[in-house]
Amino acid sequence: MNTKVTIAGVEFQNPIMEASGTFGSGMEYSEFVDLNQLGAVVTKGVANVPWPGNPTPRIAEVSSGMLNAIGLQNPGVEVFCERDLKFLEQFVDTKVLVNVCGHSAEEYIEVVDRLSSESRVDMLEINISCPNVKEGGIAFGQDPKAVEEITRLVKAHAKQPIVMKLSPNVTDIKVMAKAAEAGGADAISLINTLTGMKIDVERQSFVLANKTGGMSGPAVHPIAVRMVYECANAVRIPIIGMGGISTWEDAVEMMLAGATAVSVGTANFFNPTATVDILAGVKDYMIRKNIEDINSIIGVVK
Amino acid sequence: MKVKETAKIIESKNLAQGVYSLKIKTTAAKDAIPGQFINIFSKDGSKLLPRPISICEIDKEASTLRVVFRVVGAGTNEFSKLVSGDEVEVMGPLGNGFPLEGEKSIVVGGGIGVPPMLELAKQLPGSVTAVMGYRNDDMFLTEEFTDVAAELIIATDDGSVGVHGTVVDAMNENNLQADVIYACGPKPMLRGAAAYAKEHGIKCYVSMEERMACGVGACLGCVCKSTEVDDHSHVHNKRVCKDGPVFLATEVEL
Repeated sequence: MNTKVTIAGVEFQNPIMEASGTFGSGMEYSEFVDLNQLGAVVTKGVANVPWPGNPTPRIAEVSSGMLNAIGLQNPGVEVFCERDLKFLEQFVDTKVLVNVCGHSAEEYIEVVDRLSSESRVDMLEINISCPNVKEGGIAFGQDPKAVEEITRLVKAHAKQPIVMKLSPNVTDIKVMAKAAEAGGADAISLINTLTGMKIDVERQSFVLANKTGGMSGPAVHPIAVRMVYECANAVRIPIIGMGGISTWEDAVEMMLAGATAVSVGTANFFNPTATVDILAGVKDYMIRKNIEDINSIIGVVK
Repeated sequence: MKVKETAKIIESKNLAQGVYSLKIKTTAAKDAIPGQFINIFSKDGSKLLPRPISICEIDKEASTLRVVFRVVGAGTNEFSKLVSGDEVEVMGPLGNGFPLEGEKSIVVGGGIGVPPMLELAKQLPGSVTAVMGYRNDDMFLTEEFTDVAAELIIATDDGSVGVHGTVVDAMNENNLQADVIYACGPKPMLRGAAAYAKEHGIKCYVSMEERMACGVGACLGCVCKSTEVDDHSHVHNKRVCKDGPVFLATEVEL
């Protein structure tokens, strides 16, 4: 049975990753999960300098989902390289995708340049879709010209393959996917969270200090599947699919829709072993369905 | 070590209006210390996030944890209906817990900040004065504190029992002295306890609260403002679930 998948020349032992921002750099979850079993660890967004993030409350629960407005709190690329990448060195079977964030093109470039000499970094995921920061983030991800430009700029600097992470908060995500492809992206990942809001009816005020937050969790899964399907039929570059994946069925569904690999996000919060549970479920499915090669199910539903 | 497992309810009780007690058989009891919390998961799949609830009592021999909580929403309402023999998903123990210091300590609890102080009062090495604040005479855990503390002082908002006012009013009225103050309760109460401690030159630990998601320090949802640069993100945000919930009062902005 083959579970290996390849994206931009990088071979993953299996297609199961976790989604940026839900797993730190894996340290906290390594008590529950053998990180060596994952296809990849996708790190929390890293900027050129430490970012403090948004005021609290940053978290709200909604039906079958949650809202977050963390605001990309992170220690900056220097500490990240010294501490997080060093920690990840021990997991030799697992690839490392570093999620890169910035307020401006220059800040993205600074991080990409700094990471270029780091051998532990297998791929860069460029976050142009965070709904919780005012400058940068999603501002780059909602206009196809901006998507193409930032992709081209990052690609010119990057030593590792780049994955552009797309926002679902657009009229037509296919347009953004094509723009990323035109800019030279090696792959795309989608979906980031959907902008949402929750109001406390007793206090008659916003639950989140940031007023709005990114919605994730099982409730968004059908939207993510639809968008992955649309993009898979619009571009030739591979897709990392994410959005509400909580079970092996969700992961298989995403691959059938056209994703080469999948990321598990919010599910980690209610099941810390979600990633490895899903991997086991996918393998059982392959045995039951006599699937020799996981690649044979990618995008077969037309 | 942290565990996530299906645990069994050994005993459930209603202690006061909206306040419930559960004794849970779980291996999370093995390494638990006072001031830590456990995540309890709803059986309703549409409620994804665990409810973080402080540990009230630890029995390592019987491998049980007791939690006492107030019903504040649908999740805690579900837990209040659990009865002996029921199963429930838990994860823990989480957080850092209280350090056990001091020859003479004051443990201060306000409202649903009262429960974690019970195990702390039991384990503290020296003499313990417990100062507990309630809304009115619908109190809970007072008998237990009478058993484990050298002295129990009660404050009520309506004056029906003990000192009429806050726990800080009660500390002032009794001119309490100690080496260490431990406090858990609403923010204004923590602020008051910290101010009392500062005024009297007493070391003070506070247990903080914030909306959480992961409970293990990964998502950065539950940070509080810290006076010093934090170890994780090198800003001024300590993670309540992982670096806390217990902090030195001087370490965080109250």
